[in-house]
Amino acid sequence: MTTKTFKRPDGRKPEEIRPMSAKVGVVPNADGSAMFSFGDTVAIAAVYGPRKMHPQHSQNPEKGTLRCNYNMFSFSVAERARPGPNRRSTEISKITEWALEPIVMIKKYPNMVVDVHIGILQANASTRCAGINAAALALAHAGIPMKEMVSSVSIGKLDKNLVVDVVKEEEDWEEGEGATDIPITLTNSGKITHIQLDGKITSEELKQVLKLAKKVNKEIYEVQKKALKESVKF
Amino acid sequence: MERKVVIPGEVIASGEDYLPGEGTEKRGQEIVAIRYGLAEESNRLVRVIALSGIYQARRGNVIIGKVENITFNGWVVDIDSPIGAFLPLSEVPRFVSKEAMAEVFDIGDMIVAKILGVNGRGIDLTIKSRGLGRIEEGMIIKVNSNKVPRVIGKEGSMIGIIKKETGCEITVGQNGLIWVKGNKIEDELFVKRAIMFVAEKSSTSGLTEEVQKWFDKQKGGKE
Repeated sequence: MTTKTFKRPDGRKPEEIRPMSAKVGVVPNADGSAMFSFGDTVAIAAVYGPRKMHPQHSQNPEKGTLRCNYNMFSFSVAERARPGPNRRSTEISKITEWALEPIVMIKKYPNMVVDVHIGILQANASTRCAGINAAALALAHAGIPMKEMVSSVSIGKLDKNLVVDVVKEEEDWEEGEGATDIPITLTNSGKITHIQLDGKITSEELKQVLKLAKKVNKEIYEVQKKALKESVKF
Repeated sequence: MERKVVIPGEVIASGEDYLPGEGTEKRGQEIVAIRYGLAEESNRLVRVIALSGIYQARRGNVIIGKVENITFNGWVVDIDSPIGAFLPLSEVPRFVSKEAMAEVFDIGDMIVAKILGVNGRGIDLTIKSRGLGRIEEGMIIKVNSNKVPRVIGKEGSMIGIIKKETGCEITVGQNGLIWVKGNKIEDELFVKRAIMFVAEKSSTSGLTEEVQKWFDKQKGGKE
């Protein structure tokens, strides 16, 4: 797995996540909202609804609809990002929707839609993971029925070493086998709702990746749980 | 069992002793929360009280709404809920001629109504009860529907204090709309300030005493 001489650019241990923070209720106008950050990567999510789906022909009388929108703000990266939807953000919006759909129970809201808006305030890799974590918190905060919580983390393979929570510098790793980025979303009970893979990996290594993801997701879950519980004062 | 904040997927209780109520689900032996809120147990029934989110219409709720449209057999009412509400002609306690429906409730009128039932297609309303009907005068205040129980207080203690201190008539709709009627507009605005204070401090314990203190201070300042 990890060779002894391997060192991460920011000096973290291979299984160390960047310092995380989470807060709910950051957008007063929304029905539910949350902020989640992995170090420099900061995501906010706002949930609106359930509300009536417009236009009417998009309504589904069998079950409610979940609609996600991922957006990177132009100031989120060092070089100004062109605002507005693009190929990448459209894909991530859809991926987020698929990652969250198995846990939200919106069967009881026919003809209605739950809107999730994710904004990336600052980006330093793992933005989709931070986005999904924030979205899960915001959905819970909006009082949407959910089977359980999800937490997301990106696992990286730098040359032959597995690391947790990749940063930009590591994404561009070029030594040896190069970098492989694997964002994974797991429910609290360890079921996978989303997995992506960008690079090359053996099936044996992928098994280790999953094991690692399950282990570190517990830490993320605790952060999310704490954020939700501490937002209520007695 | 004491009240505690739970998050979706969290196990509240286990064993055959408890029954799953609102906001919970039974998975095997365990009762699991399916929404974020306060878990509470009474008579073995475990339920989760919502802390946030939109207004969920329930049978028997008294609500305040605005007439949106008149159809051939009733009125469409906006009650701040994603499902539309409808007040049928048959639920008005007196005879109404179909030509004169706008004279009973016109578009834009505010009404106090009770929820007769909720089905998949919509919410049915009734005004066949005391205190229901058109709002003639006064002021409508809006608060978050999750804060309504705090505005009313235990057995109406909170609203009782506000009524006593201001001398206004107050009707609280479960959907978060509150109708205030007083002799002077100043009194109505005073009620508004008091309700906003309650909504803001809704999570503190001993709120009723706090509000009494707030009233004492406000009155002291005036004289």
